[in-house]
Amino acid sequence: MAVVENNGNGRRKSPFSSSVYATILKTIGSVLVTMLGLTFVTFIIGRVMPIDPVISIVGERASRETYDAAYQAMGLDKPILVQFAYYIWDVLHGDFGMSLLNARPVAEDIRRVFPATLELATIGTFFGVVLGVPLGVIAAVKRGTWVDQVARVVALVGYSMPIFWLGLMGLLVFYGILGWVGGPGRVGIFYEDVVPSVTGMILIDSMLDNNWEVFRNAISHIILPASILGYYSMAYISRMTRSFMLEQMSAEYITTARVKGLPERTVVWRHAFGNIKVQLITVIALSYANLLEGAVLTETIFAWPGIGQYITTALLSADMNAVLGGTVVVGLIFVLLNIFSDLLYRFFDPRAAK
Amino acid sequence: MSFAATLAVAPVVAETPANMLVIANRIDDITTLDPAESFEFAGSDVSRNIYGKLVNFDPMNLDAGYGPDLAESWTVSEDGKTITFTMREGVKFASGNPVRAEDAAWSLQRAVILNKTPSFILTQFGFNADNAKDMIKAEGNTVSITTDKRYATSFVLNCLTATIGGILDKEEVMKHEVDGDMGNTWLKTNTAGSGAYTLVSWKPNESVTLKSNPNFYLGEPAMKRVVVKHVAESSTQRLMLERGDIDVARDLNPDDVAGLAGAEGVAIDSALRGRIMYISVNQKHPELSKPEVRQAIKYLVDYEGMQNSFLKGQYVIHQNFLPATYLGAIDDQPFSLNIEKAKELLAKAGVTDLTITAGVREAQERLEIAQSLQNTFAQAGIKLNLTVGTGKQILTKYRARELDMYVGAWGPDYPDPHTNAGTFAYNPDNSDEAQATGLLAWRNAWDTDGLTEKVAAAVVEGDREVRKGMYEEIQREFLQKAPFAILFQKVEQTGRRENVQNLNLGGAITAVSYWPVTK
Repeated sequence: MAVVENNGNGRRKSPFSSSVYATILKTIGSVLVTMLGLTFVTFIIGRVMPIDPVISIVGERASRETYDAAYQAMGLDKPILVQFAYYIWDVLHGDFGMSLLNARPVAEDIRRVFPATLELATIGTFFGVVLGVPLGVIAAVKRGTWVDQVARVVALVGYSMPIFWLGLMGLLVFYGILGWVGGPGRVGIFYEDVVPSVTGMILIDSMLDNNWEVFRNAISHIILPASILGYYSMAYISRMTRSFMLEQMSAEYITTARVKGLPERTVVWRHAFGNIKVQLITVIALSYANLLEGAVLTETIFAWPGIGQYITTALLSADMNAVLGGTVVVGLIFVLLNIFSDLLYRFFDPRAAK
Repeated sequence: MSFAATLAVAPVVAETPANMLVIANRIDDITTLDPAESFEFAGSDVSRNIYGKLVNFDPMNLDAGYGPDLAESWTVSEDGKTITFTMREGVKFASGNPVRAEDAAWSLQRAVILNKTPSFILTQFGFNADNAKDMIKAEGNTVSITTDKRYATSFVLNCLTATIGGILDKEEVMKHEVDGDMGNTWLKTNTAGSGAYTLVSWKPNESVTLKSNPNFYLGEPAMKRVVVKHVAESSTQRLMLERGDIDVARDLNPDDVAGLAGAEGVAIDSALRGRIMYISVNQKHPELSKPEVRQAIKYLVDYEGMQNSFLKGQYVIHQNFLPATYLGAIDDQPFSLNIEKAKELLAKAGVTDLTITAGVREAQERLEIAQSLQNTFAQAGIKLNLTVGTGKQILTKYRARELDMYVGAWGPDYPDPHTNAGTFAYNPDNSDEAQATGLLAWRNAWDTDGLTEKVAAAVVEGDREVRKGMYEEIQREFLQKAPFAILFQKVEQTGRRENVQNLNLGGAITAVSYWPVTK
């Protein structure tokens, strides 16, 4: 952490050079522009799509008068740019409008569904990293051997298998036949609403409440969908790890290190792996963002009430406020994760900051 | 308990408690729980169990038709325009407030004044925001309803059994009024009824939880808690049912129903529902408006083939607009696939090389029906293009009279034959300006060839038997003339744990009832 010094004339010396400020400003600027662009495009798509949000509200049997009244109440009679300006103004105030479907504030809905996805994606990514990184490294080190072949097949299967099918098979075997894991949903029906919702993440909430029975039940429910997402993300992470490692292993400094007689373990983990950490961060962040974006099909199969399912349902029902709200949140996460990985990049590899 | 032991995943207990009913169902269609506004299947299911009505269906004997509920009895005035209900004594709302005639009158007035989507079920009797308080009145222990003209009493009473007829706890609701909304905002997510259950929670796309109402006048139900969980996937529902994590699975597809055959402890029930599947052709189209072409299309449907293949068990052939079990429903099935006959009719109409576009929404069974039609139409030289889209996309075009042909479904709005007669065979003004988008006859630009008057006459006929005959006649004419080919009626197949008894889904005319259920 930079130290704030007194330079003797009463004025504080800035801990950062001016180029750091410029970078921060540039980053904030690019976030704003990206978000504005994303919102605008989604907004326009919502408006030009041949679907009618008014019908969602008034129903298909409504009279012309009812229809017109709702049309006006929704502000659809105003020019599209005016509608967009109003929308942005509201969003800046944390108001994503009301869901046309359930008449609740979209922001409230998102607060309710997002923790479910966050919980699932975090554990999924954890599995993906813990399994994917070592697998990728080993495959690279044992290049061409049967170990590499097996690792590649495992990754390939995970990458190309429809996640929908994998989910169903997982449920059939581990829940249906073996009964090792809990079924669909975040927690058993008898445990629903047992612990107070603090973070919205049942695992954390049950720990806070010291209710280990609910915790255990929640674990038994999350383990399968998270493993399936984890497998999917593992496939991607291990593939990337392998190729990054291969690149390093063929570099001259590795040969030098070996010639110097360093143990292979040190060569692989300290030297080669040490050099791919930075690239891996981006891969992991992207993979995490992908899972957060809503593993829609996984959420559907496992009746997991997360943001993916929320946006899909909203889209199919022409609930554009909900779609926009969901898209903005997901977009923001994507952008923030990118910045986060960028910052870590700078932290681990100061050259990147130059 | 140690952390390690906590992490050890134990097999999940697979039996629901004896006093709890757990159902898997798609419930993402619920938009509101206010009976004056609710108009979706899953919403009606909730409402049916929470709100008492003046008259209602007995779940254990649906064939008996409407009977007393919160009203103990009723009389009809000599001119047939006023029905006076006497309220049952001693009934309480879940809040503990007594159910008064005033609550009943106010609830119906409220539904008229709020004028939400299903309000037409009441306003078709001539009620509007200005006259509601004069036409629907409470006096002492009675409620009287005066219609603008004489209607069949059965028609009025059947309409009062619809969701919109739910009687609300006025005191409770008005405590939550905001900006003169008569409690509408609050009631979207809360309930105030006198039925067998009260709402614990509704989490959109997640679950609905009900708990039994100890004040219920028929006695507190055996199932103290009912949880309806949103499970979208049929195969997931099936697994949960097999494992015993749920008692009832309501959205099983034919494959999963077949897969459950012989599963231990599981029974499959089939019940006819009110939904019908149909195709229709736009009468603005110069060729499709020819009577021979309309007939030909009815001969170009492979009814049996579809029923016995991909629709197996989920739909049965039904060729008229009144679902079986409705008053006046007939079972005539004059049409079957007959390419030669269709070709003859087309030739007679002088139609060759016809190309038409059908709007279909992207639901599995509808796409399969559309593909079957593509195949059979082609055999008679009609090229059928499909426009596939979401429900809203296709519906918007249909409502704007822009589709040549529509492949769709229709569910009745209330348990009276007028509900479908008034949509399929009634169209008093066929002009574009009329914008009668709620009428299917209008959407297809069909002037009904004289059926409009017959439908109008049937709905005011006081004699039930005569009325029944009138609908039969209307349907026989409809069958031959209409630009609609009604194809199938829905059969709902439900998977149920064998220990669950007396679960009635409501048949073709009403919604599910949980209160008679025992385990």
